[in-house]
Amino acid sequence: MLYDLLVAPFVEFVFMRRALVGAIVLAISAGPVGVFLMLRRMSLTGDAMSHAILPGAAAGFLVSGLAIVPMTLGGFAAGLVVAMLAGLVSRLTSQREDSSLAAFYLISLALGVMLVSLRGSSVDLMHVLFGTVLALNNDALILIGGVATTTLVGLALIWRPLVAECLDPVFLRSVSRAGPPVHLIFLALVVLNLVGGFQALGTLLAVGLMMLPAAAARFWVRSLEAVVALAIGIGVLSAYLGLIVSYRLEVASGPAIILVAGALYLLSLVFGRRGLVFSRRVSTRHRIA
Amino acid sequence: MSGGIGIHDLTLGYDGHPAVHHLEGSFAEGSLTAIVGPNGSGKSTLLKGVMGLLMPLGGHVHRGEGEIAYLPQSAEVDRDFPATVAELIGLGLWKRIGLFGSIARADRKRIGDALAAVGLEGFARRPIGTLSGGQMQRALFARVLLQDAPIILLDEPFTAIDTQTVTDLVALVQHWHEEGRTVIAVLHDLELVRHNFPRTLLLAREPIGWGPTAEVLTEANLKLAGAMPEAWDERAPWHGNDAPAHDHDHEVKA
Repeated sequence: MLYDLLVAPFVEFVFMRRALVGAIVLAISAGPVGVFLMLRRMSLTGDAMSHAILPGAAAGFLVSGLAIVPMTLGGFAAGLVVAMLAGLVSRLTSQREDSSLAAFYLISLALGVMLVSLRGSSVDLMHVLFGTVLALNNDALILIGGVATTTLVGLALIWRPLVAECLDPVFLRSVSRAGPPVHLIFLALVVLNLVGGFQALGTLLAVGLMMLPAAAARFWVRSLEAVVALAIGIGVLSAYLGLIVSYRLEVASGPAIILVAGALYLLSLVFGRRGLVFSRRVSTRHRIA
Repeated sequence: MSGGIGIHDLTLGYDGHPAVHHLEGSFAEGSLTAIVGPNGSGKSTLLKGVMGLLMPLGGHVHRGEGEIAYLPQSAEVDRDFPATVAELIGLGLWKRIGLFGSIARADRKRIGDALAAVGLEGFARRPIGTLSGGQMQRALFARVLLQDAPIILLDEPFTAIDTQTVTDLVALVQHWHEEGRTVIAVLHDLELVRHNFPRTLLLAREPIGWGPTAEVLTEANLKLAGAMPEAWDERAPWHGNDAPAHDHDHEVKA
């Protein structure tokens, strides 16, 4: 019974196994990136960037239809351009980075939707926006694996300056010039994960697997390493449960994964150690010193 | 230790509006100097300029060899970040460890010693979010200790903290002075400056006085500093007569 519910779908169907592997690897990669976005108070940046990659992917789609390599390269290039432009504008003018980012991603999104509508049907648009986790081919799995590897190695390399940049940016500037390049590398990793997630979950939902586990994990644990580990765990669990829900209830799998992640977030919000219920209950126990 | 700082015709500011104006002078090696002045007088801006965090609009800063330890205003630290006290002050070992090194056992001992020196024994594993304002400032001083630099810049180190902490940290500053380090601190409390800082720079965007504290903090000078014109005047004419002599604007003197 339990076997039928929890294991059988993945044993019986290859496409379910592929979906599971893809979504889990993506969760492992996007989770830590989401944690740093959240800690840098850039939670909405992920959202903006996920829109920004659309015209690039759409251009790839126009040139060669639904093929993974051109759409991925296009998306990555577009995301990087928008990130760079937003960073540059905030450096050269007194505009803050978030407002210029908003401007560029809106332009980018409109351009992307227009490009898709030039050639495709609304089904294609749905594919680009919401992805098809149940149709991951070898190319897509290799892409996701590559993204995850690059992300984890990259984060390990820039871990310390990235932490310093979040914790005390002025101090970091006083001891090192690493700040700006580290910021750029980090943004590139964000774009990379969105591009990787875009094939499986689509541009709109890729950011969900990035931000929801991170936001949920923050309600439970204190240290940075623990938040990262827990975010990965929540992401993996969401991927697995989401696919089962989608299989049993015969609903779209991408949104099912994100809704499970959303449910876990809401649970953490209410019942987490630092959530609504427990952070309000003042403990009367205390140590003697 | 080599740690003098020369300031030559230095003008610092934002968008062409000067915050520090044609400053000339030097912080001698081993000197202990307080920078005082009204709000908006360019004190923090001067520290940023000395540190090299702000490009001068004119003139230049001559920094000697060796590292400069810089303590930003404590509001710059993100206290919601999930870091421990040890991780925060461990940043002080940055130059020694570099980007990719790891913290060795000897470094842990250094961190422990620095915490003990500022009266925070046993705080290493505490999350920074649980520290009081005074404890946070002690921790930031421990980070300066770890940097072990010949020149130390402190930006408003004693603002909004309790008296006991101020007393302890001033003693630490005195100790740095005795060790021959060059220390420059932006301060507000004139009594504290009179008792503990041999030299003072009184700044009102232009130096009103710079020298031995007793000679600088006179009634007349303080009155002069208080009469500083508003720092930001959109209609301020450009320096020189009609043709701008340089590309930042000067205020009209009343």
